[in-house]
Amino acid sequence: MVGAGLLVVIIVVAAAAPLLAPFSPLDQAPPLNNRPPLWTDPSGGLRLLGTDPLGRDVLSRILFGARVSLLIGATAVLVAGSIGVVLGLLAGYVGGLLEAVIMRLVDTLLAIPFVLLAIVSVALFGQNLPGLVLILGLTGWLGYARVVRGVVLSVKAMPYVEAARALGGSPLRLVVRHVLPGVWTPVIVLATQQVGTMMIAESSLTFLGIGVPPSIPTWGAMIADGRAYVSLAWWVSTFPGLALSITVLAVYFFGDGLRDVLDPRLRL
Amino acid sequence: MTTFLARRVVQAVGVVWGVSVIVFALVRLAPSDPITLMLSETASPQQIAEARHQLGFDQPIPVQYAIFVEHALHGDLGQSIYYKEPALGVVLRALPMTLLLGGLAFMISLLVAIPVGVLAAVRRDSLWDYVGMGLALVGQAVPPYWLGIVLILLFSVTLHLLPTSGSFGPQYIILPAVTLAAVLMPIVTRLVRSGMLDVLHEDYLRTARAKGLPERTVLVSHALRSMLIPLVTVLGLQLSSLLGGAVVIEQVFGWPGVGQIAINAVSARDYPVIQADVLVVSTAFVFLNLAVDALYAWLDPRIRISA
Repeated sequence: MVGAGLLVVIIVVAAAAPLLAPFSPLDQAPPLNNRPPLWTDPSGGLRLLGTDPLGRDVLSRILFGARVSLLIGATAVLVAGSIGVVLGLLAGYVGGLLEAVIMRLVDTLLAIPFVLLAIVSVALFGQNLPGLVLILGLTGWLGYARVVRGVVLSVKAMPYVEAARALGGSPLRLVVRHVLPGVWTPVIVLATQQVGTMMIAESSLTFLGIGVPPSIPTWGAMIADGRAYVSLAWWVSTFPGLALSITVLAVYFFGDGLRDVLDPRLRL
Repeated sequence: MTTFLARRVVQAVGVVWGVSVIVFALVRLAPSDPITLMLSETASPQQIAEARHQLGFDQPIPVQYAIFVEHALHGDLGQSIYYKEPALGVVLRALPMTLLLGGLAFMISLLVAIPVGVLAAVRRDSLWDYVGMGLALVGQAVPPYWLGIVLILLFSVTLHLLPTSGSFGPQYIILPAVTLAAVLMPIVTRLVRSGMLDVLHEDYLRTARAKGLPERTVLVSHALRSMLIPLVTVLGLQLSSLLGGAVVIEQVFGWPGVGQIAINAVSARDYPVIQADVLVVSTAFVFLNLAVDALYAWLDPRIRISA
């Protein structure tokens, strides 16, 4: 519940960024660059967390960066979850060759480290926001497919499913009425935990220069900006990283709490 | 054991083949033309057409794939546009650096995570447990590259104990390896703890204690040993995170491994190197996994027999 509370606060702050941010996140002011936290600029503005190498206010960029990170994390999980659940259902329910093909695809994709796959895609297809979400989604579906396939296989063997099929139930009805309810809990637990992982993944790619395009303020980009100035201006990298860690921690707490509520058997 | 291994080798080769198809398909699907990139900007349309014919780009896709596989089997993965030498050579030079980093990180993570996990299990619900699990949770939330930067700030900039980047001596690997180890430590700690908790109440441990064996022997020779099998499986799964994490951390610390090569190749649009990089790393991963499976089968005879 701590996680849920913290997460709600973070989401509200992110949504209200335009109202809360003391400065614009994009305003560059080179004469004001790399100023430390709690510095007051010549026009009287207090820079609570300092400024970055281009003179932009760190606090404002962190607030706006929250929106991008949360949005990308959530969207990527939606994409990954949708693909994974559908493929898992197909693999488990239809079985046979389709299942074999899907499971071999899972094994093959698992062999390529996700970061390298992202590097290849960006090199080939360019760097843009929809592309990034697609990449994250296309590499994140594997867990869902495995879990859903497992559940489908165990449910398929149940007597009541066999009875429903004998009574003439269509495959769609069987899936929706009997299989899907058993699938939701592990999928939701997996999804909430994956939001955190996706956020870290997106920020890693942005840090490497192949994630979110540079015009959009994100936490990964801020950490990358600060890397070269770490000896001069430690705050540029440190605060966005803290913000990201706290947010991901909140997501994990929320996910753990949700899992305990929905199905304590899944506890590690 | 031989049948089991043989089957796993065949599977491994299948996966490598699958990776080659994916890499080949991705490059062919790209909107930009590799040929025009490989030649200079002043190349005439005729020169471009000639190069296309020479490299087989004017052939149907299945033929192109056959040519690609044939060259790959002879160790030819194209010429690097940036380095002006065979792409495979470029990647193979960098691979040992990444493996060194990964290997050291792996050992560090085991050295820390196993004792912490065991302590957390044995002293369940005590301060040790809460601190251990708390650190594990925080460790999973912290982005690895940011941790690397914080460590640089602490140990290089403030304390002047270690260098910030590069690879000019043994001390240069310490920070990158510790940072990468931090990627694995949380999950290994949690697994060791939960595995130990499962095992601690087993009858054979009660027998060992009843025999009068010291608690340390009970824990190490009996409990930990039976935990090795699930631990080894998970470690196999974590190999992917290790390799992926190495790519990012190499960028933070300027470590000249396959990750650095890949990132530089993106800016230089050096497709042959990108292609070679993915193929080599994936193949290394597949065969490392095979080694893990072999270890697993050797540790647990039931696996060899049932597979």
